[in-house]
Amino acid sequence: MIKMRLSYYPGCTLKQYAKNFEKSTLVTAEILGIELVELPRWNCCGAVASLTSDNLMYHIGAVRNLVRVENMIFAGEISDNRLVTLCSMCFNVLKRSNKRFREDDDMRERINMYLERDGENRYGGGVEVVHFLEILRDEIGFENIKKKVVKNLGNLKISPYYGCTLLRPREIGIDDPEEPKIMENLVTALGGKVVENPYKKFCCGNYYTLGKNKKIVVERTRKIIEAARKFGADLIITSCPLCQFNLDRRQELVKEYYPKFKYMPVLYFTQLMAIAFGSIEEAGLEDNFVNPIDLLKDKGVI
Amino acid sequence: MVGVFKIKKKNNDFTAKVMELSGENINLCEQCGICTTSCPMADDMDITPSQIMHLVKIGDESVLQTEAIWFCASCYSCTVRCPRGIDLSKVTEALRAMLLRKGINKVELEDIGEKEKEIPTIALVSISRKFTG
Repeated sequence: MIKMRLSYYPGCTLKQYAKNFEKSTLVTAEILGIELVELPRWNCCGAVASLTSDNLMYHIGAVRNLVRVENMIFAGEISDNRLVTLCSMCFNVLKRSNKRFREDDDMRERINMYLERDGENRYGGGVEVVHFLEILRDEIGFENIKKKVVKNLGNLKISPYYGCTLLRPREIGIDDPEEPKIMENLVTALGGKVVENPYKKFCCGNYYTLGKNKKIVVERTRKIIEAARKFGADLIITSCPLCQFNLDRRQELVKEYYPKFKYMPVLYFTQLMAIAFGSIEEAGLEDNFVNPIDLLKDKGVI
Repeated sequence: MVGVFKIKKKNNDFTAKVMELSGENINLCEQCGICTTSCPMADDMDITPSQIMHLVKIGDESVLQTEAIWFCASCYSCTVRCPRGIDLSKVTEALRAMLLRKGINKVELEDIGEKEKEIPTIALVSISRKFTG
């Protein structure tokens, strides 16, 4: 199997709330022959893409991370110019800032001027921001992933949930924004049964999970999970730490509003991979609010 | 919103400002309503996304007083479907920015700490970026 070293940007949440996402990714990547090399220094990407035309300030943080990747490329530390991201929101922000940097001459000059003053190298625009799912599809290939599966997921009905920032806007998304298939194909490769969910691209409520308007997230989480259940799903997989928080941790709040509501496990796609590859300890399942262990035992997976 | 609306210079200035800040040509909007039917937040909004576009187009500044511009969480559902290619999420971002840049916060960070034992950093950063100036 191919051996490659790729630069990797974890982002804040993977070092804090979503440690299980990083842990399960690193183990699956290793099994597949990919070494993810964390940037020696990185900072917040900004979490949400800056959309106003005149404010370049919010792009500086994102571009500064890309400079660090270019430094690694020039030092010959990584196989190619790709930066792997895991968090859907980091992916979206970094890719959008990179795109705008390449297209906007004024922005390029101003940001480089700022970076130089800050003692950084100028950014040449040579980094490709990708999501780990793209590496699985385009580099490893689902047929090779299938070869690494050692646990039988045949009895598990799995509903992929994409959310927003992995697919939209169109020029940034990793798959068709209306009919994505990448996570479905991954589930099939892992031997699980795919369950379609009409709400798989429906916003989970994002940052409304904090503050006074939590009901917005409660309603959306309920809608997404109940739809998955109606179509027969046992569990949901996702790639965004904020979606995972809203869909998993906020189920407690859903139950407060709707006492008859039943919990459903929500896993990162890499946790499912770690389970299928037989690395259950590294899947970090104990950190999920809705624990999937009983379900996995019931279905004969472990 | 029924009735005759006379567009004055003041209205034109407002529309121009939103267009500049968002980088989007709002005049392309033909009020088809696809944005509203695609919007996961439309149910909770006081006016719909297509109404936001209409108010901006005629330069009615009352759009800044609506809750709807805050409900938009930039999910880009409307953006991928708009047949006129308008990025509505940039329009609502511009409207929010017009308020945030005057120092008008939508949320006070003291209210967020709450009793949450563990909240993901990403949620905290996002809400600060979207709701505070």
